[in-house]
Amino acid sequence: MADALLKVEGISKRFGGVVASDNIHIDVRPGELHAIIGPNGAGKTTLIGQLAGELAPDSGHIYFDGQDITAQPAPVRAALGLARSFQITSLFLDFKALTNVVLAVQPNLGHSFHFWADARNEPALIEPALAALKRVGLEHRAAVTVANMSHGEHRQLELAMAIANRPRLLLLDEPMAGLGPEESSRMVAMLRELKREYPILLVEHDMEAVFALADRITVLVYGRVIASGDPATIRANAEVRDAYLGEQDEEFVDG
Amino acid sequence: MRFVTVRNIVVAALLIFLALVPIYSTMSGNMFLMTLFTRIVILAIAAVSLNLIMGFGGMVSFGHAAYLGIGGYVFGSMATEGITSGFIQWPLALAVCALFALITGALSLRTRGVYFIMITLAFAQMIYYVAVSLDKYGGDDGLTIYTRSQFAGLIDLSNRVVFYYVCFASLLGAIYLVWRIVNSRFGMVIQGARSNDRRMQSIGFPTYRYRLTCFVIAGMMCGLAGVLLANQADFISPATMHWTRSGDLIVMAVLGGMGSVIGPVLGAVALLVLEETLPHIISVIGGALTGQSMAAAREYWALVLGPMLLLVVLFARGGIDGILTGRHRG
Ligand SMILES: Nc1ncnc2c1ncn2[C@@H]1O[C@H](COP(=O)(O)OP(=O)(O)O)[C@@H](O)[C@H]1O
Ligand SMILES: [Mg+2]
Repeated sequence: MADALLKVEGISKRFGGVVASDNIHIDVRPGELHAIIGPNGAGKTTLIGQLAGELAPDSGHIYFDGQDITAQPAPVRAALGLARSFQITSLFLDFKALTNVVLAVQPNLGHSFHFWADARNEPALIEPALAALKRVGLEHRAAVTVANMSHGEHRQLELAMAIANRPRLLLLDEPMAGLGPEESSRMVAMLRELKREYPILLVEHDMEAVFALADRITVLVYGRVIASGDPATIRANAEVRDAYLGEQDEEFVDG
Repeated sequence: MRFVTVRNIVVAALLIFLALVPIYSTMSGNMFLMTLFTRIVILAIAAVSLNLIMGFGGMVSFGHAAYLGIGGYVFGSMATEGITSGFIQWPLALAVCALFALITGALSLRTRGVYFIMITLAFAQMIYYVAVSLDKYGGDDGLTIYTRSQFAGLIDLSNRVVFYYVCFASLLGAIYLVWRIVNSRFGMVIQGARSNDRRMQSIGFPTYRYRLTCFVIAGMMCGLAGVLLANQADFISPATMHWTRSGDLIVMAVLGGMGSVIGPVLGAVALLVLEETLPHIISVIGGALTGQSMAAAREYWALVLGPMLLLVVLFARGGIDGILTGRHRG
C-alpha cells in the first residue's frame, strides 16, 4: 500500500473543559477518499481546522507528503496543496462568483506583489477560474454577486474554490450541509468525479453519501476515534452503532 | 461597461472645473478661490490615500492626518535648517512617512475593528504630542517656513498658479496610482482581505504583509499631501495632525463614497466647499426668514453639516458617488 499523503499523529486539542480532539491518529493515502463521521460536536470541524492550519493542536504532529507541517500557518499549507472547504460557507459575498474563484487561482501564480498590471482581464487567472466554475456547474452564474446566490450554489462555489486552488489533497467539511435531496445527489456525483483526481478527507453527516463514496471511514465521538476501517467493517461495528445510532438511526440502517 | 453615465459626466465636469480654477481666478482676480481650491486639491490627495486602506482594504485608520503632519514637519524642519531642495525634502518626507507607517502598521494590523481604529488614533496622538514638544520647531505655536521647496529653478512653487497645478497633477497621479493598485493582483488581495480575511489565509495568502504594504503606500501618499499643505501655508503646526483632521479625512471618504477611487475627491470638494459656504448660506436664509441680521447664526454651520452627513451615511451608503451611479442601496 502507498505511503500516506497526509498523516496525523496523536493530535489533541482542548477548548477549556471540552476535549475536541483526543489523541487522534488518522491518515489519507493517495487516491483515497477517507470519510470522517460522528455526531454534532464530535470535533470534526476542529480536526479540519488543525489540518488546514487555522487551529494549533495542543500536542501531536501533522505530516503532509512526509514533511512536518504542524507549525506551518494556513497560507503555507495551502501553498503546499492542502485545500479546504468550509462547513459554514465562507465566501467573498460582495464579489462576483468568478472573482471568488479567481482569488483562489491567484496564489498558484506565485506572490501577488504586482501593483500595476490589470488583474481583471488576466487570462492566467480567468481561464482556470472559469474551468473550475464549469466543473461544479456554475459557469452560467460567473457574473452574479455571491450574496445573491442560493445556498446550494454557495456549496458548489465552495467546491470550485477548493479545486481552483490546485490542491494535492482536499479537506471537505460537510459539503452537503443544508442541501436538498436533489442537490445532495448532484453533489455526490460531483464528489465521485473529484475523487478520481484528488485524495479527499471528507467530513459528512449524510450517511448515504458517506457509504456511497468512502474507501475508508473513521468514526469520531467526543474527539476520540472509536472506529476506523472500510465501510463494511464500520457498518457492522457494534460500538459505532451504540455511540452514533441514537441520532442518525434510519439513515444508518438504510444506508 | 458604459462610459457616458451621469456619474462619469459629473466627475469629468469636476476635473475640468478643477483644471480651470487658476485661469478663472487669474482673470477675475478672485485669488481666494484659488487658495481654497489648492487646499481642497491637497486634502483630496489625503482622502484618496486614506480610502485606499479604508475603502478598499477595510482598514479604518483614525490617525491618517499624522502623515500630513509628518510630511509637513520633515519639509519645514529641513527648510529651517537651510536644506531647501525639494529633491531632498520630498523623498525624505515620504521615507519618514513610510517608516512611521511600517512601524505603526506592523503593530496596528495585528488588531481588528474598533481596536484598529483606536490604536491608529493613539499613534497619531503620540506623534501630535511629539510635535507639540518640538520647541526648536515652534512647539505648540507651529513653525513658519520661509522658503518653499526649490526645484533647481525648474518649478517655481511660489508662483500660485504653478503651485496649484503641481497639486492638481499630484492629485491626478494619486488617483491613477490608486486605480492601478486596486485593479492589480495586489489590489485583489487587499480587497479580498477586507471581504473575508480568513478565507484569504485559507486559500494561500499571508494577508498581513499585503495589508501592511498597502498601509505604507497610503501613508506615503498622504505624506506628499502633507508636504504640499505646508508649502501652501508656509507654515506647519501640530494642529495639522489633530485627531479632528483625521476625522475630516474619514468624513470626506465616507461622504464621497468609499467604493470608488474618485469618491473621496467628490467628498473633499463637497465637505470643504460646504464648510466655506454654509455660514453664508445660513445667515442669508436666516436673514430672509426672520428679517433680522443673522450674523450670529453663522457660528452654527456645523449643526447643519452634521445632520447632512448623517443623512448621507444613513441613506446613501455609497456616498455621493453611490448616488450618482445608483449604487446607493448597497
Ligand atoms: N473555538 C472554540 N471555542 C470553544 N469551543 C469550541 C470551539 N470550536 C469548537 N468547540 C467545541 O469543540 C467541540 C467540537 O466542535 P466541532 O469541531 O465544531 O464539532 P463537529 O464539527 O464535529 O460538529 C464542541 O463541543 C464545540 O462546542
Ligand atoms: Mg462541524
